[in-house]
Amino acid sequence: MSSVDFTWLIGGPQGSGVESGANIFSRVCAEMGYQIFGKREFYSNIKGEHSYFTVRIADKKIHSNVDDVNLMASFDAETIFRHYDEVVSGGGIIYDSDITETKTDAVHTLDAPFKERLHKELESKNKLFTVAGVLEIAKEKGVLLYPVSFKSILLTLSEEAENPRLKGLIRMYNVIGVSLSLGLVKMPPDSLQKIIGSMFSKKPEVAKINQQTATYSYNFATAKFENFAYTLLGTQKEPGTLLVQGFQGTALGKMVCGCRFQPYYPITPASDESVYLESNEILEIIGDRPGSTAVIQTEDEICAIGMTIGGALTGTRSATCTSGPGFALMTEMLGWAGMNEVPIVITTYQRSGPSTGLPTRHGQDDLLFTVFAGHGDFPKIVYASGEIEESFYDTGNCFNYADIFQVPVIHMMDKFHASSVITCKRFDTEKISIDRGLLLDKVEDGYRRFEFTEDGISPRSRLGMDNGIFWNTGDESDETGHITEDPISRVNMMDKRMSRLDLILKRIPNEEQAVSYGIEDYTIISWGSTIGPVKDAIDMLKKEGISIGLLQLKLMHPFPAEYVSSLLKDTKIIIDVEANHSAQLGKLFKQNVGRNIDYFILKYSGRAMTSTEVYDALKKIVQNKAEKREVLMHGA
Amino acid sequence: MALKPTEFKTDVHNDWCPGCGDFGIVNAIQMALADMGVPRDKTAIFSGIGCSGKTSHYINTYGVHTLHGRVLTFAQGAKIANPEMTVVAVGGDGDGLGIGAGHFVAAGRRNVNMTYIIFDNGVYGLTKGQASPTLKLGEKTKSLPSPNTNSNVNPIGLAIASGFTFVARGYSYDVRHLKDLIVQAVNHKGLSFLDVLQPCPTYNDLNTRDWYAGADLMDEAQKRHSRIYKLEETGYEPIVHYDSEVEVNEKLSQALIKSLEWGNKIPTGVFYKNENTTPYTVRLQDKIPNYLENPPAKQNISKNGYSNTDISKILDSLEV
Repeated sequence: MSSVDFTWLIGGPQGSGVESGANIFSRVCAEMGYQIFGKREFYSNIKGEHSYFTVRIADKKIHSNVDDVNLMASFDAETIFRHYDEVVSGGGIIYDSDITETKTDAVHTLDAPFKERLHKELESKNKLFTVAGVLEIAKEKGVLLYPVSFKSILLTLSEEAENPRLKGLIRMYNVIGVSLSLGLVKMPPDSLQKIIGSMFSKKPEVAKINQQTATYSYNFATAKFENFAYTLLGTQKEPGTLLVQGFQGTALGKMVCGCRFQPYYPITPASDESVYLESNEILEIIGDRPGSTAVIQTEDEICAIGMTIGGALTGTRSATCTSGPGFALMTEMLGWAGMNEVPIVITTYQRSGPSTGLPTRHGQDDLLFTVFAGHGDFPKIVYASGEIEESFYDTGNCFNYADIFQVPVIHMMDKFHASSVITCKRFDTEKISIDRGLLLDKVEDGYRRFEFTEDGISPRSRLGMDNGIFWNTGDESDETGHITEDPISRVNMMDKRMSRLDLILKRIPNEEQAVSYGIEDYTIISWGSTIGPVKDAIDMLKKEGISIGLLQLKLMHPFPAEYVSSLLKDTKIIIDVEANHSAQLGKLFKQNVGRNIDYFILKYSGRAMTSTEVYDALKKIVQNKAEKREVLMHGA
Repeated sequence: MALKPTEFKTDVHNDWCPGCGDFGIVNAIQMALADMGVPRDKTAIFSGIGCSGKTSHYINTYGVHTLHGRVLTFAQGAKIANPEMTVVAVGGDGDGLGIGAGHFVAAGRRNVNMTYIIFDNGVYGLTKGQASPTLKLGEKTKSLPSPNTNSNVNPIGLAIASGFTFVARGYSYDVRHLKDLIVQAVNHKGLSFLDVLQPCPTYNDLNTRDWYAGADLMDEAQKRHSRIYKLEETGYEPIVHYDSEVEVNEKLSQALIKSLEWGNKIPTGVFYKNENTTPYTVRLQDKIPNYLENPPAKQNISKNGYSNTDISKILDSLEV
């Protein structure tokens, strides 16, 4: 049996239903037993700019996107201009036959440099600067073209249903595109009907129109489209499979691990997590009355972290969620939390910086800033999740670390996570243990919040606890929390707080600090969402008999130097793979481990890596044909 | 049950300058807390940065000395997470109306049930006397190299415009009156703001104790005329009695006009009070019905070391 590995792309102007189209397609495929890896790309814009979604479908576990597109569903000219060259020979393009004469100049949302490159290509191939022109190039490459008049589909439907409104409903173009695609690959139609029904379950009339449209378009494709080599007939569904969006991992993790307070300030790509938490603010508690998460929208990120600290001082598990620019604003308070040993969790979904950067695009360029965030010396933990599934369990760990070590924990995620849609195993909530460290329930007289103890961690009272009165200050303080500038007390307090960094390395299990997926002569170090494409690229090379190791760093600070160093002692070539310009993990590695990185595979175009391009770069490295610094570029 | 003010004192050495107006405020806070009989361990004082920031160390309740301009953020977070607490935030006028002005305005919109007291002296004392947001345009205190080039903020007016539902002014050398105002502020259902005129004897040589007492305003009989007067002694009625737009607007405008009085006559007392605006806790209760009985700080989140939260319905909906 040949294995399925198929990539579908849908594109269109922002606001035209690209995302819901992709959602229907992904859910149908997941329902039919396939594994999904979907990724959304969009502009910092509300309506009109180009957005697209690629959905990779396979019959085995996948961790990334690939370069090749097998089928593209488009209903506007821009999608064709931008993506025609991604479709492989033997693949297909479904397009609106009414727009083939559209000129590149008529599409005002094409960026000038892109248009220039496109014109050059068209000129060199002697083609017109129109949709028809690029489609000719695709056809010559061996791409199958499937023209459909979207307008006449709506017209026919409206006549059949005797509903004149239907013929103007261009927002149905997404459903038409999805249904034509599913018809073309011969996906059994029942699940399409079912998914549309469930998506519009609250609006039966809308569901009906969409289902009629879907049926008509599906049948249109099966009747009129020919020669497409790919079929998706369905496969054995793994029981207990979830279809989740990236931000749901940390959000669900927060609900389960008892985070009950989340102040936040809106920022892309982090806000989805907070909005999702608020949408599910009432929580079912086993054997108890309902619980809840108070999600508070604040006036800025400074207030968000201030409130988070205030909440944590009451003993509440408290967190906030932000992205680079917001985290930058939080850093003064981060030091206050470190100084006062307050357990808070800051989830940060990175995006491309610096400054506003590419606000809706991917990047991992906040690592060094996060590790070194804050003035003065204070202990903190920086923890990074690789894949979305991990992020659920890691969230639980982050809250435990915060409570056990009484430090702020920064949980690093990124935009690639946030706007990916994947299938994974149902989250096992029974694996989420809750360890609140030395948080007190009661206390006798004479309590001192910052009492010197053997391991440097003092029992923690909470605001409102009988006899538990304490003082906090951002000044240096004594054991009660009152200000002191005495030099001996200063040194003792500094040592007390900073000794935590060693304790963290000692007490957090090795396998939570860094994960080895095999150590070889050539071994990759990587972190965050880049782990996904790296894993798939390694699999591809393995099939060719090339073994490459992978060490995933999760505890970024304090850096597990000894453990990492011992794991890599026999490795000959170290390859650093990450999504930023300056190889930030590589720098951190060198600083802590004292070893040079042999090769860098980097990407900072704002688009996440595909496994294809990681594979290509790795192959060059093992063939000794690579530059020291391979910079990846794929993606529109 | 009334307690003694001494129960609210710590033995931390107070290092404010001799004659500092801050002493009157910290005494008034201790007296007010004692009067109200609030339990010490159900009370938290949050403070900002500067001389006034040290206040929390001198009061024997939970004390959280935060960061410059940010006191309201910490205080609101604690109050929302544990609404049982009596929360009083304090800070200087530079802290609250300069660097913290954004939080000041946003707090007014939220109306969390707590109190904010600004120690208002027109200067940044701990950095040696620069002009603070309440110093008037063209005024030159002794350590300023040249007269102030900024206009002043009107703290009472800003509080009213921002939505604080209790707005009052006290004077740090009238400790009894100030104590009464603090009691009213803390008992108010909603966010209360207290602007306390507080002479800085070291750096503000314009708005001195003598100036407030009207030493320069002698009449022919060589009698002083204190600049400070009490609104309640003039028949001023600050309370919004019923929830109508006309009534609210009338009381707001009256308070705003009063807030502009300065110079030879400076009003103290309650400018505005409106308990018809829903406090933040009630707004949360509309979303989370058992928020007050089971607020974030009281929730039980684990059983035998494992999570007790059941998200199976959400997971079911995500399952394919």
